[in-house]
Amino acid sequence: MKEEDVLVLQEPRLTAAERLYLPQILDGMGTTLRHMFDLGRRQETVCQYPEDTREGRGELRLATYRGVHRLNKDPDGRVACVACFMCSTACPAHCIHIEAGESPWPDREKYPVKFEIDELRCIYCGMCEEACPVDAIKLTPNYELVGRTRAELIFDKAKLLQVFEETKAVKPRKNPAVTDYGLTGGQPRAVAQPNVERKV
Amino acid sequence: MQDPVVFRVERILRSPWLIFGAGAVLAGALALALWLLFPLYKGLLADPFWFPILVMAIMLNLILSSTAICILAERKIAGFTQDRFGPNRVGFWGLLQPLADGLKFLLKEDIIPTQVDKPLFLLAPAMALIISLSGFAVIPWAGEVRWPWAPDTLVSTQVASLDIGVLYVLAVASLGVYGVVLAGYASNNKYAFYGGVRAAAQMISYELPLGLGLLCLLLTSGSLRLEEVVRQQAQSGMWYVFLHPLPFLLILVSSFAEANRVPFDLAEAEQELVGGFHTEYSSMKFALFFLAEYAHMITGSAVLVALFCGGWAPLPFSSWLADSTAWWALLIKLGAYLAKVAVCIGLFMLVRWTIPRFRFDQLMRIAWLSLVPVGIALVAGTATLTVLGLQRTWWACLGLNLVALLGMLWTAARSGRTVTGRQDDLPDIHVEPA
Ligand code: SF4
Ligand code: SF4
Repeated sequence: MKEEDVLVLQEPRLTAAERLYLPQILDGMGTTLRHMFDLGRRQETVCQYPEDTREGRGELRLATYRGVHRLNKDPDGRVACVACFMCSTACPAHCIHIEAGESPWPDREKYPVKFEIDELRCIYCGMCEEACPVDAIKLTPNYELVGRTRAELIFDKAKLLQVFEETKAVKPRKNPAVTDYGLTGGQPRAVAQPNVERKV
Repeated sequence: MQDPVVFRVERILRSPWLIFGAGAVLAGALALALWLLFPLYKGLLADPFWFPILVMAIMLNLILSSTAICILAERKIAGFTQDRFGPNRVGFWGLLQPLADGLKFLLKEDIIPTQVDKPLFLLAPAMALIISLSGFAVIPWAGEVRWPWAPDTLVSTQVASLDIGVLYVLAVASLGVYGVVLAGYASNNKYAFYGGVRAAAQMISYELPLGLGLLCLLLTSGSLRLEEVVRQQAQSGMWYVFLHPLPFLLILVSSFAEANRVPFDLAEAEQELVGGFHTEYSSMKFALFFLAEYAHMITGSAVLVALFCGGWAPLPFSSWLADSTAWWALLIKLGAYLAKVAVCIGLFMLVRWTIPRFRFDQLMRIAWLSLVPVGIALVAGTATLTVLGLQRTWWACLGLNLVALLGMLWTAARSGRTVTGRQDDLPDIHVEPA
């Protein structure tokens, strides 16, 4: 390090008016007053929820929003999950409960007989979808999660698959599932087995 | 998705007709009751003895209900300054929000922690509210009026006409911290205790500039009676804020501190002290502290208006209505007074949502290093003017204020430090290039 590389910063001196402090306060109050009477900016900033939604304003990032879960289906319409328990292991809130059973299909070993997510315990961190090797579990942009009992908000496999049907139009399943058996459901090989260059 | 019944109920609750209609019905019922019962209380009206009690009943109700309005206004202003809408769901334009808040406070669980000093813990919120309400006893709301039912008596629209009105205000204002300190002590909780101690220290420091500012004013007015101070201003049309802008500023700043409002609300400082003195309070007891804060603000603004902004005088630089005692003049005067108080409260709120809270050392430095010296200089100057007999001439007073301001600027420019403690005396910062 050379001597000329050292930057010596001097804090700017305050003017006498700034030291008096009052002009600065008045300036600040001018700013708040301006905002107070700026109706246009208010309407632009605030989304008044039940009448107006973030989707309606085009502000919700559908691809990345972390709302209610879904279980993806593969192109053949079967549940894509292979019951590997990665998601329930990764989940910090321990809210995923899976019961695995032997798969009736030849392209995988197991499938989930039961798959339950307690949506009330979930913290919507997205670790489960990070962990899933076959892109079976996903968080959807669906945030209107309402129920009258706690039991109602423990989503089972059927409910999670139904959420997939509801949201696949706005957020399609991205990555195909690949297992040691090869592809799980009729995708072209080039998509299913990314080579080194195509690796994401 | 929405339940149609819920939707319909919501629509009805939020329609302007509901709230204005209910308001009109209530007002009509009140007027009808007053009219029907007139023979019953006619005798009372003719007797001036009952008049202060009448004033007290009306103004107390007015203050208590305007605290509710203040809370709504504060939330609205908070919303507006932050580019939000504020509460707008309960009732038309959120007007029923205070009702909902009150209901919420009533229905909440009232917890008394086991380790507290129970009698003091229960006493503290009541103390805070009572003290902050008692200040308004000496406020001259609308001067004197010739009472229509007793035509030859002039009655004063004031609960108590004290010779020492200003001293009473000072005494009550400094008692105001008692509730806070008591709450902090009784809670048996470090954070609450810190809050209480901070409040006490702050109060002691800000009593001084408050007193000094008042002294300037009293040297000019020569009377401790609030109604006399107001009458002088109304008759000359020269409100004291035009004569004494700097003392006005001193008192304004100190009354922010007295009311425990931002930027001086170190006693509750959520970020540092959880909730400060009211950490342990819940439900209606917390609401009482809340009410006390707003009542304090209203009384404080009323005193400030009486002392400096001409009280009930409707127009500056004119003596219009100053000597009128007709009943319609009373209404105009009262309206002018309340409007001024409302503006003052608006200022309090705007400041709250503009300025960040001071650090404790900054708070002390502002009081002791800037407000007190300026106050002493102003008092000395005004005293000199009084000796010379110039204390009510505007050029002398304004000249004094100008000299004081220039002196402040000169000192500020020379000292190289700010009272708010931006650390100019730190060594230079060396930054190594990346
Ligand atoms: S989003 Fe997070 S908390 Fe929720 S189920 Fe997935 S991993 Fe668990
Ligand atoms: S990580 Fe994916 S495949 Fe594995 S159990 Fe969870 S959802 Fe099923």
